[in-house]
Amino acid sequence: MIGKLSWSAIPLDQPIPIIAAGVVALAILAVLVLATLRGWWPYLWREWITSVDHKRIGSMYMILALVMLIRGFSDAIMMRTQLALAAGGAEGYLPPEHYNQIFSAHGAIMIFFVAMPFVVGLMNFVVPLQLGIRDVAFPVLNSVSFWLTAAGVLLINVSLVVGEFARTGWLAYPPLSELAYSPGVGVDYYLWSLQISGVGTLLSGINLTTTILKLRAPGMSYARMPIFCWTALASNLLIVAAFPILTATFAMLLLDRYCGFHFFTNELGGNAMMYINLIWLWGHPEVYILILPAFGIFSEVVATFAGKPLFSYRSMVVATMAICVLSFMVWLHHFFTMGAGANVNGFFGVMTMIIAVPTGVKVFNWLFTLYGGRIRFTSPVYWAIGFMVTFVIGGMTGVLLAVPPADFVLHNSLFLVAHFHNTIIGGVVFGVMAGYMYWFPKAFGFVLNECLGKMIFWCWFIGFYLAFMPLYALGLMGATRRMQHYDNPAWQPFMIVALCGAVLILLGIILTALQLVISVRQRRRNADLTGDPWNGRTLEWSMPSPPPPWNFSELPLVTGRDAFWAMKQARSGHSAHSDASPPRIVTSGLVRVPRNTPVGFFIAFFAVVAGFALIWHIWPMAALGLTGIVTAVIRQAWSDDREMLVSHDEIVAASQRAMRRLPS
Amino acid sequence: MMSAIAVSQRAVEDDIPLSMRGPAPASVVAGFGFWLFLLSDIILFAAFFAAYAVLSGETAGGPSGLSLFHKQRVFIETLFLLFSSVTCGFGSLAVQRGNRPRTCLWMIATLLLGGVFLALELTEFSGIVATGAGPSRSAFLSAFFALVGAHGAHVTFGLAWLVVMLLQLGTFGFEPMVRRRFVCFALFWHALDIVWVGVFTIVYLGAR
Repeated sequence: MIGKLSWSAIPLDQPIPIIAAGVVALAILAVLVLATLRGWWPYLWREWITSVDHKRIGSMYMILALVMLIRGFSDAIMMRTQLALAAGGAEGYLPPEHYNQIFSAHGAIMIFFVAMPFVVGLMNFVVPLQLGIRDVAFPVLNSVSFWLTAAGVLLINVSLVVGEFARTGWLAYPPLSELAYSPGVGVDYYLWSLQISGVGTLLSGINLTTTILKLRAPGMSYARMPIFCWTALASNLLIVAAFPILTATFAMLLLDRYCGFHFFTNELGGNAMMYINLIWLWGHPEVYILILPAFGIFSEVVATFAGKPLFSYRSMVVATMAICVLSFMVWLHHFFTMGAGANVNGFFGVMTMIIAVPTGVKVFNWLFTLYGGRIRFTSPVYWAIGFMVTFVIGGMTGVLLAVPPADFVLHNSLFLVAHFHNTIIGGVVFGVMAGYMYWFPKAFGFVLNECLGKMIFWCWFIGFYLAFMPLYALGLMGATRRMQHYDNPAWQPFMIVALCGAVLILLGIILTALQLVISVRQRRRNADLTGDPWNGRTLEWSMPSPPPPWNFSELPLVTGRDAFWAMKQARSGHSAHSDASPPRIVTSGLVRVPRNTPVGFFIAFFAVVAGFALIWHIWPMAALGLTGIVTAVIRQAWSDDREMLVSHDEIVAASQRAMRRLPS
Repeated sequence: MMSAIAVSQRAVEDDIPLSMRGPAPASVVAGFGFWLFLLSDIILFAAFFAAYAVLSGETAGGPSGLSLFHKQRVFIETLFLLFSSVTCGFGSLAVQRGNRPRTCLWMIATLLLGGVFLALELTEFSGIVATGAGPSRSAFLSAFFALVGAHGAHVTFGLAWLVVMLLQLGTFGFEPMVRRRFVCFALFWHALDIVWVGVFTIVYLGAR
């Protein structure tokens, strides 16, 4: 009746997961009690949980990412502590089977539930505003996507208390992840939580691609799109092209584990290397799905705070799309040691090095944008400059690893771990932090505390170098990744320095929370009254902060690149240069906004039920979950009252509210 | 509509380039989004095709495709699916003209032809499994059942969707929403044909 589930699934004998789970449970309980006491539930349900507004959904994605950053970082600092202790004969405090779960969870959580939701959230929030439109192409689908991601998050966190997590590394390579070697539920937690959230990501990719290609303000041709929208387009095209491969690969592994198939087993003709090819055919584009929007954020930040148009917009667009295409031609560099032969390795090594060319073009474009500008050194600019230094180092170690003979020496060493953290922290994390501080006033109507913002930057920046530069050295000294203890006492000083770096990053995370609290308290002093706190260039700064639910009561007419900058120039008398006569468009009609609906929440709820049941082989409950999903979809299909009209009075009232906030 | 403010844009002159005319109408957006979904679905199939290509020789001492498949039967099965696409095409024309009886007629024909296809496929599967050549027998059979089964699962889903669409037609008539969904369904059904042409060619005609 309850499948494999029993009381022994709860690891009462292991203090660390039980204490961690207790803390998480207490935190959740505290939030629930607080929300109930304050009577926030009706508001949360009406305005957030059932919301189909892209701004609300984007914000929820980012909150989810920040919460999961704490979880993923707890894993990281536990590993760093373990390795600082477990030298010589010492065993450290984490037993091997727990340590294996921690590094697997750390990787899976940081990529799928921190980096992805943060990047997807920023794209969701910013893209429609920059395109000058009211919402994404499919607002209800957007809500479904978000809640499916949240469902995956819930399942992966349940694994902390009920059962176990995978001990296979973040990509669950077979044959280790096959039933024969991982008979527990850990790999199943991994597979189902990523399958469910992967569907959400795919739907979100389709949604945003359609939005960018089909819904832009009148006059906004492709060559006039803000550069962040271009990078978002490239990223979402990659999602549409790469995530189905992930779904198919996990489906094959699930068939192996649940139905006795032989895709990747050792027996009866299975081929484990095929999994590794398939997973990296998704995995390499995935790193560009994450980094391209970060490049877009830096482009916006650099242009805004240098007070200049982006240097060589066209070459930036070409470089972005070149990376988008090339990202599918390099996956084999993740396993040069497979033994594909010198010619194959040579091809993929050269292709990998070629990707450095468009990336280099971008670095020069940012530098030339800054050159000669009147740079305002706000916190987003700190992140951007820190990124340029750090990412170039990460890129160069990447080119080094792209040389197959060098890779044979460095494969699976801490050098590799240092390299990809160098690009992901120095690129993606710095990027989303820059984006968070840059667009926060647009979302909530007040600027984040700048002083703390800079302190957070320094914590992450110095912390990163302390934590990962020693890992480069350790890799060259022969230390491998995923080791729980080591004999060579010469490694220990490096490991201790790395732990210090992690502690500094911890301080940065604590300060991020503090910054949020302090900024909320100072919200009146730091209020963004004009809607344009940074003297921005793109359309999102042309509306009040926060924007009304319908964004634009009248869609803007775009006559050139940097549309809002041109409008401001024209208003102040400097005649804006426009590269074409304004198109003649007749506007007529009404402001319609999609009605909020709980369908996304319900689908995700039943997805959690089905996922949990499948993990524990509770078949009737799985059937119940699937029936629930189908019922929710069909109910939604029969609702024909999906939009509502915004009254004229409401629009006038909103614009008056915005005007009243303006200083006279 | 005195109390409302401007919303939808209409290009009054054709000399404005398409990319500058503002947001596309809902029917275009829905079709385009669904088309993107189909591309992603075809990539999903591509992964299964690739797995089949890698594993098709790995019979592990078990039966090979040549000894298991009856090409004539599968050809007849193929005809049912391809003709269901023809009837679906006529059905789409009827939807465009807003002709309810014809829509029902052609779409029910599509439903029946698809159902026969599915029944033939299931008999083929159960026959193969009955000879002891189930998906656990060898990596080749795993890849075969997964690829052809994934297509079959899509056809099953499509049939269920079509039933829902016929019920929707009953409730709402030819509302724009219903029309858009019929367009998406037709795209889906034709895409399954394209995938099946690949399956028939690579799996059955290419059997070794």
